[in-house]
Amino acid sequence: MTPSPYFFLLIFASVALIFPLMPLALAWLWRRFFQPPKPGGAKNATYECGVESLGEAQIQFHSQYYLYAIIFLIFDVESIFLIPFAVAFTGLPFGAFIAILVFLLLLLEGLAWAWGKGLLTWAK
Amino acid sequence: MMEGQVDEGLRSELQRRGIWVTSMQELYNWGRKNSLWPLQFGLACCAIEMIATAASRYDLARFGGEVFRPSPRQADLMIVAGTVTKKMAPQIVRLYNQMPDPKYVIAMGACAISGGPFKQGYNVLKGIDRYIPVDVYIPGCPPRPEALLHAFMELQRKIDEQQLTGKNKAEFLKKETPSEYPVPAFGAHDLEPPANPEVFRPPVLERS
Repeated sequence: MTPSPYFFLLIFASVALIFPLMPLALAWLWRRFFQPPKPGGAKNATYECGVESLGEAQIQFHSQYYLYAIIFLIFDVESIFLIPFAVAFTGLPFGAFIAILVFLLLLLEGLAWAWGKGLLTWAK
Repeated sequence: MMEGQVDEGLRSELQRRGIWVTSMQELYNWGRKNSLWPLQFGLACCAIEMIATAASRYDLARFGGEVFRPSPRQADLMIVAGTVTKKMAPQIVRLYNQMPDPKYVIAMGACAISGGPFKQGYNVLKGIDRYIPVDVYIPGCPPRPEALLHAFMELQRKIDEQQLTGKNKAEFLKKETPSEYPVPAFGAHDLEPPANPEVFRPPVLERS
């Protein structure tokens, strides 16, 4: 009987599973039989360059940073979309062209708004 | 010959026939000693020598110790390279405490051993071995990279001789050996405790 053509996938998956699990299991067995666990206060504490950590790690950013987020969208994220647009420009159907123009218009609107708000003037 | 070990003569005879005999302990120690990951921190001028040791000319990588880690979680060797000030001592002990077992310490240079030329100073620790157990001491001010390599090889020799079972098994495998040592804090006049008796006992002077 010929095995199913997908049988090698099963072998592949099981090897992929066993290969990383085996060293983990060996390490666990090793620790179980040889090494006594020695947890402790400092050992389990958060590492912060040798000093005791202060405060929480999950902080909230100030809402004033939304300005930076918008400027980042306009100047950085936009360019990612503009490059494929420029590459495929000659072969684009009319609908796609309009779509990207709408996208650009939305971002331009943001730029005009930021400009009007005086965000682009260099802080002295 | 250690108990439970393969007879040396038999081993060499087998090796000549192309059979390599080993024990779990030897294999384990062989793996450990050739893959030491030092903690990446330097305190003073000795650190420059340590950097030179890790760089291409002296090439610590030949001994398997080039992976300097920025986190104590991934390190098993602490090279105390330089003058330990009293302000720095608590951080060093804390970093040592945060390293997973088994962990080793090399005290590099006169300052880390005893305070060195700054021993009389008000702010310098009289040797890091007052707070954490040191495995290898390197004299010198600063020691040359060859000296650090030598210390590294000495440490490898030490690891190679550690036993996993029996009465003389390695310290880190004993339940009663602490993994964390008291972190000194600033008192009114000095660090508190001024010395950790579990680790360091000042030598008794014998005059005849």
